[in-house]
Formats: sequence, C-alpha cells, structure tokens
Amino acid sequence: MSFLEYAPAPESKAILNLKSEYGLFIDGEFVDGRGEAFATISPADEQRIATISTADAADVDDAVAAARRAYENVWSRMSGRDRGKYLYRIARLVQERSRELAVAESLDNGKPIKESRDVDVPLVAAWFFYYAGWADKLDHAGLGPAPRSLGVAGQVIPWNFPLLMLSWKIAPALAAGNTVVLKPAETTSLTALLFAEIVQQADLPAGVVNIVTGAGETGRTLVEHPGIDKVAFTGSTAVGRQIARSVAGTHKKLTLELGGKAANIVFDDAPIDQAIEGIVNGIFFNQGHVCCAGSRLLVQESIHDEVIERLKSRLSTLRLGDPLDKNTDIGAINSAEQLQRIRELTAVGEAEGAERWSADCVIPENGFWFAPTIFTNVSTSHRIARDEIFGPVLSVLTFRTPAEAIAKANNTPYGLSAGIWSDKGSRILAVADKLRAGVIWANTFNRFDPASPFGGYKESGYGREGGRHGLAAYLAPAASSAPRAEAAPSAGRVAAKPPRSSRRSTKGTDK
Amino acid sequence: MTINTQDHGRAIAPAARALDVLGGETTEAGLRRYLEGIPGVDAVGLEQRAAALATRSIKTTSKARALDTIISLIDLTTLEGADTPGKVRSLVAKAVTPDAADPTTPRVAAVCVYGDMVPAALQALGSAHAGAAGNGIAVAAVATAFPSGRASLPVKLADTADAVAAGADEIDMVIDRGAFLAGRYGQVFDQIVAVKEACRRPDGTYAHLKVILETGELNTYDNVRRASWLAILAGGDFIKTSTGKVSPAATLPVTLSMLEVVRDWHRLTGEKIGVKPAGGIRSSKDAIRYLVTVAETVGEQWLRPELFRFGASSLLNDVLLQRQKTLTGHYSGPDYVTID
Amino acid sequence: MTHLAVPKTYKLFIGGKFPRSESGRTVEVRTASGDFIANAAKASRKDARDAVVAARAALSGWAGATAYNRGQVLYRIAELLDGRRGQFIDEIVQLEGVSARDAAAQVDEAVDRWVWYAGWTDKFAQVAGNANPVAGPYFNLSVPEPTGVVAVVVPQETSLLGFVSAVAPPLVSGNTVVAVASERFPLPAISLAEVLATSDVPGGVVNVLTGSPAELAPWLAAHADVNALDLVGAGDTDWVDLQIAAAETLKRVLPPEQGDDAAAPSLDRILAFTETKTVWHTKSLL
Repeated sequence: MSFLEYAPAPESKAILNLKSEYGLFIDGEFVDGRGEAFATISPADEQRIATISTADAADVDDAVAAARRAYENVWSRMSGRDRGKYLYRIARLVQERSRELAVAESLDNGKPIKESRDVDVPLVAAWFFYYAGWADKLDHAGLGPAPRSLGVAGQVIPWNFPLLMLSWKIAPALAAGNTVVLKPAETTSLTALLFAEIVQQADLPAGVVNIVTGAGETGRTLVEHPGIDKVAFTGSTAVGRQIARSVAGTHKKLTLELGGKAANIVFDDAPIDQAIEGIVNGIFFNQGHVCCAGSRLLVQESIHDEVIERLKSRLSTLRLGDPLDKNTDIGAINSAEQLQRIRELTAVGEAEGAERWSADCVIPENGFWFAPTIFTNVSTSHRIARDEIFGPVLSVLTFRTPAEAIAKANNTPYGLSAGIWSDKGSRILAVADKLRAGVIWANTFNRFDPASPFGGYKESGYGREGGRHGLAAYLAPAASSAPRAEAAPSAGRVAAKPPRSSRRSTKGTDK
Repeated sequence: MTINTQDHGRAIAPAARALDVLGGETTEAGLRRYLEGIPGVDAVGLEQRAAALATRSIKTTSKARALDTIISLIDLTTLEGADTPGKVRSLVAKAVTPDAADPTTPRVAAVCVYGDMVPAALQALGSAHAGAAGNGIAVAAVATAFPSGRASLPVKLADTADAVAAGADEIDMVIDRGAFLAGRYGQVFDQIVAVKEACRRPDGTYAHLKVILETGELNTYDNVRRASWLAILAGGDFIKTSTGKVSPAATLPVTLSMLEVVRDWHRLTGEKIGVKPAGGIRSSKDAIRYLVTVAETVGEQWLRPELFRFGASSLLNDVLLQRQKTLTGHYSGPDYVTID
Repeated sequence: MTHLAVPKTYKLFIGGKFPRSESGRTVEVRTASGDFIANAAKASRKDARDAVVAARAALSGWAGATAYNRGQVLYRIAELLDGRRGQFIDEIVQLEGVSARDAAAQVDEAVDRWVWYAGWTDKFAQVAGNANPVAGPYFNLSVPEPTGVVAVVVPQETSLLGFVSAVAPPLVSGNTVVAVASERFPLPAISLAEVLATSDVPGGVVNVLTGSPAELAPWLAAHADVNALDLVGAGDTDWVDLQIAAAETLKRVLPPEQGDDAAAPSLDRILAFTETKTVWHTKSLL
C-alpha cells in the first residue's frame, strides 16, 4: 500500500444536532414558511440532509415588518456599545460552535472540511469580532460625526461561502445599527439556520436578524420589497444587473459583489514554487466556486512550459473526494446545475480548440464532481477566457511584456481581483496600479480579512465589504452635516443660497 | 544533460556535476551567476504551504506504517562533548533494538557520532553494521570542525579522512557559513569538493557525504535554496539542515524548500539527492508531517534511508510510545521505553 | 463711430477641439428677455459617442498624472476663470437675467470651488485610503482610484456654477468627463471649455456637449464604455430609465438633485467616482 493513500480521516458528524425540518427565522422564532418546502442535500452523495421552508411574499412581508419593528423600537435606539456587545457574543458563540458549523457547512455545501474548518468558520468569527468593535465608533467611519443607519437591510447571499457571506452581510449591518432580513442560497441554507440558533443563544432582540429561505423568487421578493432601505447582494452579475434595475429610482442604497474572471499574472522572475501554489489556491480553492478565483492564468511566455509542467505535477497530488475527510483538497461541486454549467463551458473550451488536461482523479459514484482541469492554448477571444466558469477550471494564456499582461488582464468586463507574481517590487507596484480590479494579491492569492475591503470594479459590482469601507456601506452621513458644508467654500457666497441639506432626496431614508 | 546518474552519487567524481551543469564555469563568478539566477522564494507562501502540509491527518493503518517508516529513517545521534565509548555502545544498542518488548520494531538507519567515536560504534554494532547488502545500520560521523566549521581546510580534510579511515560509512560535514554569507560561494564550493575527495576510500569508493547547511545561520530561504544547489553541485549526496547546535534547527518550511531543490535537481538530471532534517524534531506528530512533506513534494520513493533521514535523538522514544499505543490500543508511558 | 460687435460661435468641445455637431444642428440661445444671442451646437448621439472615445483616450494620461500635477492643472483653471470674470458675468446676466451682483457671486463661487477641488487631488486618497491591519504577514493598503469615464448631466438651473460643481469633482481623482451642459444656459459651459482649452488640461479630459439632455443622456447611460453616470441635473428627464439603462453594465450612478444647492461641494462627490483598490503583499524577513 502506498503511503500517499492516506487512510480515511473523516471528521465526525456526531457533533451535528440537526433537525429534520427547518422553518424560517422571523422575529426571533422559527416559523413555517407558506411556500413549498424543499430538501437540502449533500452534494457529495445526494442524500437528503433536512427539509427547508420556502418563504412566500407574505412571509417576506412578515420578516420585513419584524425587522422594521426591531429597528424602530429597539436596535436603532440601542447604544453602539450595547450593539457591539451583542456582536461580540455572536462572535464567541461562533467560535464555541465552530466545529459543528464547519461540519454542517461541508456537508451542505460540499467544500472540504479543512477549508470550512480553517478558513470559512474562523473568518466568520473574525468578521463579527471586527465589526463588534466598530459599533460604538461610528463617528470614525469616515462619514462625519453621528452617521445614521439606513434602516432595514435586505441581503441575498450565494452558495459558495454560505456562512462566511452571511457574516460579511450581517456583521457590518448590525454594527451600523440596521436590522436585516437575509436570504441564503437555496442549496446552502443550513448554516444560516444554525446561525439563527446562535442568534437565539445570544439573546439578540427579536427581529434584528431574520432569515428567510427559498429560491430565487424569495430573493427577488425581498430585494423588491418597498419596506427595505438597503440591498446587499453577492452573486452572479446577471442577477446583480436585475437588482440594479429594480432598485433604480428607489431610495434603496445598493451594494453588489458580483462575478469575476481574475487574471493571475506570473512573471518570469516569480518565486516559482509559491506561484504554483498560488495558482492552485487561486483556482482550485473551494472547487473554484469563488467569485475572485484566479481563473485566467497569464504566464510569461518564456516560462510557460515549465509552469504548466510543474502545475500538472502539483495537481496530481490533489485529493478529490469526501468533503468531510480531513485530507480532501477538492470537494464536491455544489449542485447538479452548477456541474452542468461547468461541463458545458469546458465542452465549449474544447470545441474552441483549447487543449484540455484534467488531473487523474477517481470520481465518486454519487454526488457532483469535477476533476481539476487546465486549458492551455487559450486565446483571449475564447469563451473560457471570458465567461466565469465558477468551477475548478483554469484557462492559461501567455504574455511577453508587462504591458501586454496588463492589457490582457484588464480585457474583461469584470474587475474583481487579480494576482501578480514577481520578485521585483517596483514592477509589482506598477502593475498593481494599472490593474482595474478591486483586490490585488501580490505573491499570494485568495486571502481575506475583515479589516480588508473587498469588492469590484466595473461589472464585478460596487461597494466594498470589509474594513471601514464595508461599514460605510450601511451608513449615511448625519442628516445635518453642517461641519462638512462649512469646510466647503459655498457658505454665504451665493445670494439666497440655502444651507446644504440632505437634498439628495433619492438617497435619504427619512426614517 | 550528460550527468552521471550512478546510484545516489556514490562514485561521482568531485565537482563533476558542477562541470556538467555550469559548463566548466566553476569559478566564483560562474557560481554566483548560476545561484543568483535561481528563482527566489517567497517566505510567506513557503510557510503557508508547509503549514498546509502539516494539516494532513494520518490515521490508523497509515499512521502505523508511518511510525515504522520514521524509525527506519532515523540517524540516532549523540554529539556531546561528554560522549564516551560507553555512551556510544548504549546508543548503538538502542539503535539495534529500539523496543526490547517488540522484536518486530524496525532498526534505525544509522548512528551518528563524532569522528573519534567511530571505532566504538563499529565495534558495538558488530554484525549489525551495514554490510554490502546495505540492510544494516550505518555509522555516520560528523566532521570538518563540526559544528562551527571554523578551522583551516587542512584540518577539516584531516578530520574527514580520519573518520573515513576509521570506517565511517557516512560523513556529515558543515559548510563554511561565514564564507557563504560573505558571498564567497566559490570557497564554499571548493571546500565541499575537497571534503568529498577526502571521503574517497583506498578502493576508490566514497563515504556518503551529507552537507550540513546550518540553515539557522543562513537565515533566509533564498540562502537555503542557494546553499542547497551549491552543495549538490559540489557533489553532496545528501543535504542536511542543521548541526542541532544552532537554533532554529530543522523546520518544516526549511526542509520543504530543500526538498524542492532536490525535486528540481531530479527533474534536471534524473539524479536523486537525499535530505536530512536534523535537530528539533522530537514528536511523532512532527515527524509524520515531514513524511507527508517528502511524499507530496518529491514523491514517496524518497521515503527510504538512502534518500531521507531524520537526525534525532529523543524522537525515537516518542515514536515507540505511539507505536505501542497503535498496537495495544492504550496509551503507553515513558517507563515502557528504554533510554539510551 | 461705433464698433460693430463680433459675435462668438459656440461649438462643442470634444477631445480638446471645438467641432460643430456632426449633425449640423444648432439651437438658438436667447437672453432671459428673449433676444437672440447665438446659435449653439445641438449635439447628437454621434457627438456623444465621439466624446466618450475622446474621454477614454485621455483617461490613462490624466489618471496616471501625479496628484500634485492634477492639482496644479485644476488650480490653473481657477486662475484663468478668474481672469475672464467679466466675460462670465456678462454671459450669466444675459442668459439667466440675474443682477450683475448675483452673477458675480456665481462666478466667484465657481472659482472658489475649482480652488477647493484642486486642493483635494493630493489629499482625498489619504482621507479615503487605509492601511489595513490584517491578521497575517501582509502589507495591505486600500486606495481610491478613478472610476474611469464619467458622464455628467450638469445642474440645469445655473449656467456656470452648476457646471463647475458637477464637472470638477470627478476630475480630482483622475476621471475623464463627458458633460452635458445646461440646456437653457449652455454658453458659459462652452466659454469654460475655452478656458480649459487654453489651460493645461489635456484634450479629452473634459468634453462638453450642448443640446438636449433628454436626447443625449440615454445614449451615455447605455454606453458600455462609460463607467459612471452623474444624473445630478437630470431631474427633469426620465432619469429612472437612465438608471435602469446604466444597470446593464453596472455603472455607478448618482441621482438627481434639485435647486441651486445641487452638487454642493463635498468630498463625497469626489469619492462617488472612485473605486477602492486593496493590494495585499507578503512580507517577511526570511
């Protein structure tokens, strides 16, 4: 027997205490949804995990109304200090239940336990911890003194990092004094519902956090609900576009974290072993279900063959299989639908003449799986170089000069992230300056931190999550910002000029 | 590439590799150009990769196998000023019979002692000494003014030749870190070549040469990588992290970076160079992480004594405790393993 | 003996040049009391397209200039504007029918706003940027960068001040601008373009279209090479439709504002046309 055939090392599911059926979490209680319930399954074996409620329009009404009541009566009146203490409680509860949350996440999403255990859940706790401390320091958030919360936030999150995206949405919203109605993705509601239990354990006032489950229709109902003041969405650019349309002309403040087709640029002087790891991490982390994935490898022509050879050899050591096994590197594709999309786009890649190579993995019989795949001989005009595949598929392109690398990297309607690998500091900084993307990783990739703003340029969306900027997405300047007006030269110069008010009517909240 | 690919370099002529790879330019300037042309190391990424490898979970049958593998890769070491023939006999006894209660326990790969203790070690080993079949226990001697290396070249060569003449199978030399850090790569190279020459036995074979880089003094991963290339180019059969006398000694990231060099050398020439982390590896858990790192970096064919060693003393007993736990199902205690 | 006046021809300002509308159309501009002043060019969708091309071409140079340099260039505009104070007062009095005193106040305020915004070029990044204390061995910095090509429908109620108030802020960070001037009061915008043309502002950084916002704005809102849309002066158009059109390529959109306080000076107006870029770099001694 080969040493490398590591014996199974499954994380125990005994830590889970799941219910067979989950309702919606509205006004501090679990209630049955009035829509048609559905099963959430494990993508690794297609076994049913639990039954999840669907929130219909009346349920969304209830949730928004509960959030409104909690906002008016409790949360907007509470001191920042006390809001912060609730968030600290949540952070601690997440830490205490971290193993359980990690197991539930891997079970429901299909991601390897080592990622949910070492990346997702620790970041969830960090996110709440970070924003907890902001709750009583909003004067320093960059919007002038005494900024206002917006009101009720409607938040819709994707299935790739279910609990982490929940924390990115809920932590800053609550810290800023808003209440929320959050809709998790249809295929990954489980950890949001466990989070609802944590909210109960934290004794958070009823209605401050509401979770409505269901499919796209539930999300649409929430986003278009007239009773919300803020929409925060993470997901596809296509849906983001629809939301931007539906929000047009309303008072709702909008932030969007959408798709990407990030370039990972490897120069010939790159620290080569770390670059290979960065390429692997960039596109095969979380099965490539990452909006900021480094899905386009731009490698300097002079080292192309060497990089590809090293990459293939490295990919051959990746372990695909049971997400709950501690040695699994590549878990399951989240859904049959997503698997189908990956298959379609890779078939297009082959048809377009790109050269396909897939790691030699044993694919389990049940569940949704896709072996790590590299396409070489890819041109900028190929669909696999332009469309977001959202799977473990890397498209390799080459460049000859830094200017060409920058031009190719920017040649996309997206602009979420990019990577640069080089030993030359001045080149890294200059290339970073010229890349049109919101997050640039130099000699690293796919790093996240609550203190670090994250978000895109162009069709990758707008607004930032994380850091002080992420807080500002849930705040508005104080209604009367006299000190700011005084700072500008207008005061008293133009006859009959009224003092500056919150005349930007469509942005005001009037709550 | 026309390099010799004899079995782990045992009969390679000193400097032959460098002549092949550098095309006859083993000058100071030629070496510098070559070593400085090697891609750099990003320390953060390297350490993250090592940390990721360290999260592998080796359980049940894999663990049992790993524990036996570790024992078979140990250079059981005593390198104290207070060493005596009696101490060395005790060490050898432990090497031959690591667990008196379980005769199925594998033997270690070698004992590692100061040069003057080689005769004592050989005598104590007797028939357990590695013969032509190569399945016994080898005797390794540290040489070249170990651990500092601060002596003149003639003294280092005499130190080496003395140990070889006494019957050492393997020589663990130290490089001149001062010369390396001062950028005198040629000097370091020439010394390794000369020491390799001093490893030659009258019958034309060579004692196996392990080149200790003392990575704790080289300080940066770029230096470790360059020193690794330099040692291999100069004819080293093994590259070894540390003397054990300087902190930090072996670390997983340092060993990973050396394994990457060995992997690249193999890709370049087809030749297999050994790696020996030494010092600071005390627990089975740690040692298993090294096995994983070897297997996933250069391949598991490196997990044999000809190509991988642990330089350690206290590691053996921790492995034995774990081994007893694996076999009996309950936890053991220090009174159930022997001290050497 | 009287001097016969030599009336000025008011054309568009695109890519640093003053073309007539490719459509050949003009629109009569009259004083507040109805007297004819001039025929202003009535820009077409093709003029708007050309303006976007010019703005895109100018972007990398303007955005890539040092902040100090942009500040000097913008300040120079204020100098030249102040030097032509009399001309602008005359135009404002003629067009808007206000007193010379009010017109002077408007020009002075416009000059002061240029100066105020010019001073921000090398400061806004310090105020809006961050060093982020991430939990790991990384140097991590967030900086605001220009969004790109910004189309602006300037406030319609004033001829000069509204234009300045809406055009200056996106220029601070390095955006380039396609501005649709006030439909009723287009002349000072073109006169300002003459100031820009004789200043150090590279051609294409500011492009001025006169004509109908209702006609031009939909083309700009839907143009895929426009990155942001300032609808501050679009309140009288079907601006919700413009916002919907802008959603197709996820443009950043600022909504309409009414009154002579529209586009009041603020740091927010600068930052509204910036993107926060966060750069991570590993750091280690080893």
